[in-house]
Amino acid sequence: MSLLELHQVSKTYGAGPSEVHAVADIDLEVDRGSLIAIMGPSGSGKSTLLTISGSLEEPTSGEVLIDGDSLQKMSRNDKARLRRRTIGYVFQEFNLLAGLTALENVSLPLELDGVSAKKARLAGIAVLEDLGLADRATRYPDQLSGGERQRVAIARAVIGGRHLLLADEPSGALDQANGEAVMRMLLSACKKGVAAVVVTHDAQLASWADRVVFLRDGRIVDQTVPPPSAESLVQNVPQP
Amino acid sequence: MSVKHALLGLLSEQPKYGHQLRQEFEVKTGDVWPLNVGQVYTTLQRLERDGLVESDEADSEGPQKWFRITAAGEQELARWLMTPTDLTVPPRNELVIKVLVALDIPGVDERKLLQIHRRYLVELMQQWTRLKDDEGQYDFRLALVVDAELFRLDSVIRWLDAVDGRLKREAPALRAASAELPILRRRLAVRK
Repeated sequence: MSLLELHQVSKTYGAGPSEVHAVADIDLEVDRGSLIAIMGPSGSGKSTLLTISGSLEEPTSGEVLIDGDSLQKMSRNDKARLRRRTIGYVFQEFNLLAGLTALENVSLPLELDGVSAKKARLAGIAVLEDLGLADRATRYPDQLSGGERQRVAIARAVIGGRHLLLADEPSGALDQANGEAVMRMLLSACKKGVAAVVVTHDAQLASWADRVVFLRDGRIVDQTVPPPSAESLVQNVPQP
Repeated sequence: MSVKHALLGLLSEQPKYGHQLRQEFEVKTGDVWPLNVGQVYTTLQRLERDGLVESDEADSEGPQKWFRITAAGEQELARWLMTPTDLTVPPRNELVIKVLVALDIPGVDERKLLQIHRRYLVELMQQWTRLKDDEGQYDFRLALVVDAELFRLDSVIRWLDAVDGRLKREAPALRAASAELPILRRRLAVRK
C-alpha cells in the first residue's frame, strides 16, 4: 500500500463557460521512502495537486487516500488531526514565525497537537540535530540565511514522525548551492521512511527525485522511468 | 577539450612522469574523462617538439621518462587560461533542427515531440544528480563536472519549455501559415 494514493482526482473551479479544470483524472501513488517531483509550467495544476494531496482542498471528484484512509470519508476533525500528525508542508516562502526561534518554530506543530512543551522541545532538538541544524536552534528566522530558514522549515515539516512531506517550489527563492542542500535534506528524510512530493518547474531540482511526473494543463502526461546506474554515464563520455 | 593544456597545467606544479600525468589528469577531471596512455605520450612528444616541455633525456622512453614545463610552456598555459573559449559559432544542434523540421510536417504532435525530448533530458539529469547524491564519496572536482553537465542539460530543457510556451501562444497563426503552404507548393509545381 502506498502512503499517498490519488485515484482519478479532478478539481474544477467555476461552472458553465467560466469552468476551469485545475487538475483532471490524476492517478498517482507515492510510497514511503520515495521522493517524487511534479514538473510542469505555471498554471499546469501543480500546486492544486499538492493542496488536494495535503487535504487543504477538496477534489471535485476522485479519491485521495493517505495511509489507506480515504480523505473523503474523514470528518473535519480527522483531517485536521491528519494534517497535524502525518503531513508536513514546505513552502517557497518558508513561512517561519518571526517571533519564535528555530527550535520554537520546529517544535510548534507538536505543541499545537497537545504534546507537552518539554517533550516538544526535546523532539525539536532531536530533529534539528538529525538535519545538521543543532547550532541554529536559538536563532530567530531573521538571523538565519535563506537556505537555513528553508532547512528549518523542513525540520518543522518532519517533526514528530510526520511522514508525508509536501513541498511547493521549496528552493524557488534559493541559489543553486542552497537549493541543493534543501534537496539533500529532503532526500535524507526520504531515506528515513518519509514519502515526499515536490512540486517544481526546475529540472535541476526535479532531478533529485526518484521519479519525475510531468503535468500539463492539469493532466499527467508523462513520467520518468527509473534510470540505469550513473556509472553508465561515465563510460559513455567521449575521450578528449 | 585541450589535453595539451591540461598536461601543461599538471606539469606547472612540478616535473612528472608520463604515467603519473595520465593518472592525475583523470583524477583532476573528476574521473569523468578517461585518457589513454598513447594519447598522453603523443601529446607530450608534440609539446616537447614545440619547446613547451622538456624531458630528462631524449633517449629514454616509456613510464620512466619525466617531463618539465619550460618558460615558453608557462607562457602558453597562462595565455590559454586567460583566453575566453570561442563560443561565437553556435554548435550544430540536432534537437533544434528536429523541432524546426517538425513544425513544417503536418500531423506531427509537437507537444508530444517536446515531451519525449524533455523526459529523456530529465532522466539524464537524474543520473548525473545521482553521482552527486552519494555524500560518502563526495568529490569536489566531480561535483564541478556534474554541475556543468546539469546546467547544460537544464538549458536545453528550458529551451524546450520556451518552445512549448511559444507554440501555446502562437500556434493558431502558425497553423494558418502552414495550411497555406501546400497551396503555394502546388502553384509552384504547376508553373514548372
